[in-house]
Amino acid sequence: MADDNKKNLDHLFVLTEDNQQSNEKINRPVTTFLQDAFRSLRRNVAAMISLVVLIIIIVMAAFGGQMNEYDSTTQNLSWAKMPPKVQGLENIGWLGLDGTDSETIEASTVEAAKERGLARFKNDEEHITFDVKSEGDGTEDSAKVVATHDVYASKDMEDTYFWFGTDGLGRDLWTRTWEGTRISLFIAFLAAAIDLVIGVAYGGISGYYGGRADNVMQRIIEIITGIPNLVVLILMIIIMGSGIVSISLALAITGWTGMARIVRGEVLKLKNQEFVLASRTLGAPNGRIISRHLIPNVASLIIINTMFTIPSAIFFEAFLSFIGLGLQPPTASLGTLIDDGFKSLTTYPHMLIFPAILISVIMIAFNLLGDGLRDAFDPKMRK
Amino acid sequence: MARYILQRLGYMIITLFIIATVSFFLMKLMPGSPLGAAQEKLSESQLEIVLDKYGLNDPIPVQYYTYMKNLVQGDLGVSFQFDNREVTGILLDRFGPSLQLGLQALILGSVIGILFGLIAAVYHNGVIDFTSTIIAVLGTSIPSFVFAGLLQYYIGVKLEWLPVATWDGFEYSILPTIALAIFPLATSARFMRTEMVEVLGSDFITTARAKGVGKFGVVFKHGLRNALIPLITIMGPMAVSLLTGTLVIEKIFGVPGIGDQFVNSITQNDYPIIMGTTLFFAFFFILVILIIDILYGIVDPRIRLTGGDK
Amino acid sequence: MKKILDVKNLNVSFNTYGGEVKAVRGVNFDLHKGETLAIVGESGSGKSVTTKALMGLLPKPHGYVKEGEILFEDKDIAKLSEKELQKIRGKDLSMIFQDPMTSLNPTMKVGTQIMEGLIKHQKMSKTQAKERALELLKLVKIPNAEERIKQYPHQFSGGMRQRVVVAIALACNPKVLIADEPTTALDVTIQAQILDLMKDIQKKTDSSIIFITHDLGVVANVADRVAVMYAGKIVEIGTVDEIFYNPKHPYTWGLLGSMPTLDSDDSELYAIPGTPPDLLNPPKGDAFAPRNQFAMDIDFEEQPPMFKVSDTHYAATWLLDERAPKIDPPESVQKRIDSMASNDGKGDM
Repeated sequence: MADDNKKNLDHLFVLTEDNQQSNEKINRPVTTFLQDAFRSLRRNVAAMISLVVLIIIIVMAAFGGQMNEYDSTTQNLSWAKMPPKVQGLENIGWLGLDGTDSETIEASTVEAAKERGLARFKNDEEHITFDVKSEGDGTEDSAKVVATHDVYASKDMEDTYFWFGTDGLGRDLWTRTWEGTRISLFIAFLAAAIDLVIGVAYGGISGYYGGRADNVMQRIIEIITGIPNLVVLILMIIIMGSGIVSISLALAITGWTGMARIVRGEVLKLKNQEFVLASRTLGAPNGRIISRHLIPNVASLIIINTMFTIPSAIFFEAFLSFIGLGLQPPTASLGTLIDDGFKSLTTYPHMLIFPAILISVIMIAFNLLGDGLRDAFDPKMRK
Repeated sequence: MARYILQRLGYMIITLFIIATVSFFLMKLMPGSPLGAAQEKLSESQLEIVLDKYGLNDPIPVQYYTYMKNLVQGDLGVSFQFDNREVTGILLDRFGPSLQLGLQALILGSVIGILFGLIAAVYHNGVIDFTSTIIAVLGTSIPSFVFAGLLQYYIGVKLEWLPVATWDGFEYSILPTIALAIFPLATSARFMRTEMVEVLGSDFITTARAKGVGKFGVVFKHGLRNALIPLITIMGPMAVSLLTGTLVIEKIFGVPGIGDQFVNSITQNDYPIIMGTTLFFAFFFILVILIIDILYGIVDPRIRLTGGDK
Repeated sequence: MKKILDVKNLNVSFNTYGGEVKAVRGVNFDLHKGETLAIVGESGSGKSVTTKALMGLLPKPHGYVKEGEILFEDKDIAKLSEKELQKIRGKDLSMIFQDPMTSLNPTMKVGTQIMEGLIKHQKMSKTQAKERALELLKLVKIPNAEERIKQYPHQFSGGMRQRVVVAIALACNPKVLIADEPTTALDVTIQAQILDLMKDIQKKTDSSIIFITHDLGVVANVADRVAVMYAGKIVEIGTVDEIFYNPKHPYTWGLLGSMPTLDSDDSELYAIPGTPPDLLNPPKGDAFAPRNQFAMDIDFEEQPPMFKVSDTHYAATWLLDERAPKIDPPESVQKRIDSMASNDGKGDM
């Protein structure tokens, strides 16, 4: 067989002509940095799901409030604190969307438990059903009864549906939740935008001009970051009062230093690179160098940082509401809704659940999307 | 090293001075009377007497001087709402529960977080890694008050395993501690994982393996220390989160700490307490950052001997 | 001479997102007691991967020995468990790494890093280990050993750190010392010191050395035999004299031609055109063919076998086939070889 091979291959033992050129060809299509980044972002499942979720939430924040016939401010005390009820989902018990309140009561006997169950729901015997879990033997808390109160029936409102229930003043929580989301997102976007403008300008100037100006500007930042954000935030709100704009401003004032530091660092690094020097030797004015060479190269860092500013602003807005510095009623934000919800957490948990889930989902989605963007644009930053 | 600490102390004093000055003038700018709601109960002449008594009729520079002088002596003024009690005294009374809660949360959070991150890094891309990534994302994203609400409702109200509120012994501190620990837990797990993955991929780990060091030795003797050192850098943000956390967590669980006091004084417009607490927070925070920086210099031999630069 | 290590048909692959990268493709060589074998090649030629496989240090689970045997004292290293490997590493086989700036643990005292292996393998007490560590530091010519032993790596210069790395590798008197480009990251003057140190130590301890490098100049200094690797294969192997004065493979010609020498002013430096092939999809024929100015059509069809030149000298190129046209090394390379031969003659005798 070896002999066969030898014969067949004999003709191949000649020098190949013009061999050296063959290796110069490039066999992969060229992809730009942006294309590359977006491709790897698209492959990041968590980030893409987050993006879709965020888009849905933003659309709902814009239009969700108009999806039923209620508005967010009309009060009707007779409708107060009604549990959520959704068409079609009312028969699936564990979802808790059947328009009933229920409570597990323990007492020494079933009778005593039922007694307390009646008292709990205003003795509205007609619409209370009891489910005896444990008969009890007369000792303390041995009997266990679940009392379920059909709130909608008791108010003769069987055909009414409050999807997220109502709050203590009888306002529709579905509408208020989405309007609250809208306001929370608005505050966050506004704060992030102000943040971005101040931070990029400050960091850009500091990094670009360098020297003395940079030195002074950096000392200022050092002192500002030495002051806890929380303290500044609270003082600002106390002084300016709590409105949408003042909260955004307060958030931006405490938040811009991070952006400024990142931009400065990057500009400092970029401005000594060859392409910038080349542009400068060609006589490009500062403005042109900043806008054409520096900003585009810092852009990805700015976007990533903004992605993390937004959830933190949403958190702080809610936090301010929670400690009593939030928006004034009747304006709702996720924070004020959660704050309200806490007041009746033990008896009417539905008031807390929906805004709490929503704020958590928004925060998670923004963080995941931010992580995805960071990995796609700058794998080195992955810390 | 000594020079470095002195320099940092200098910065700290400047920062505190600025905060104190700014807060003093902000207090003067504050809408309404410094006496807040209490003013309504007083007649014109009574008001005059009260204002005189607290030096509130003096020219602003004089007030500023007195304020700063008292501050240096640790006197934060008196509360107008709280039977004229001294703010410093109120804060000291309230400091205990806050400190206990903060320390418990910090220890619980960082120990579990570090363990999680460590295991996740060693079994890179395994089930534990996946779980700890999810915990890290949830823990850093879900606001502490939402988490606190969940704990309170399910563990406290529904299951009745632990007391829901107030402060009456260790078991009362469990739920608030867990709620407060989530953020440090998630951040340290996340940070530890990335750091450890990086350390385990570095050349000196290969050297150690080439020496015949076993897996345990590689992870604990060579990896852990090198990964723990940078962890100190996130202690600052963690301390801040605990501070923010105490405000809401103490309110939710009715813990009689500084945070709870602070939130109450905001609702009551008790400016001296707001200012006092703010300064106290600022002082505490700056001190923690300073300690962290010094600690960093101590545990990292590279910094210890080359002096201050990071 | 006793054969201490025998590598037979070693194939190492890496699983990557792009597919299986065949980093080492059928490598054969052996190592005798007291001998220094240099493995030469460009970056990516598989030389470092080969040594990682020898140490059982391939990054699991992505990197693995796909085929072949690594026989060390009749044990196949490729089939040992991690536990068994740990007993051999540092004791029988040890390794010196390329970059002394990163290969020492920055938070552990230098002494402790040297003592670690001693305590593990030779069951020494701490005091014994410390004594031995001092001895080692003196052996690698670090002054003030008593003080240095308590210091951290950042207090050492690059050259000094590499001495520490050598000391760590030598701690348990290994039978085989693998040096992966031990001088690449160092200044030229320090390079010479480290090389002298290694030669010196080899004389004293009679260990075998596998010396990985891309620098032929270093090879001439230290090695007894040379293996030239290209694209995961050994393309030529022989004694130093055979490789330097009678190279057969066009790639070796290229390497020799691109090596600067003291009297290189009269001849141009030769550069091998192109880049090494993509090992994700290795070419069908000879991997070097596209860069080979003497490539024949057969090179693009069939991989060349190892042709025997002498008992110790083998080369994998179709040029050695009886049917191939007779090709001599390019003139500039031949001149280089001649001048080295005459220089050597003057120097040695």
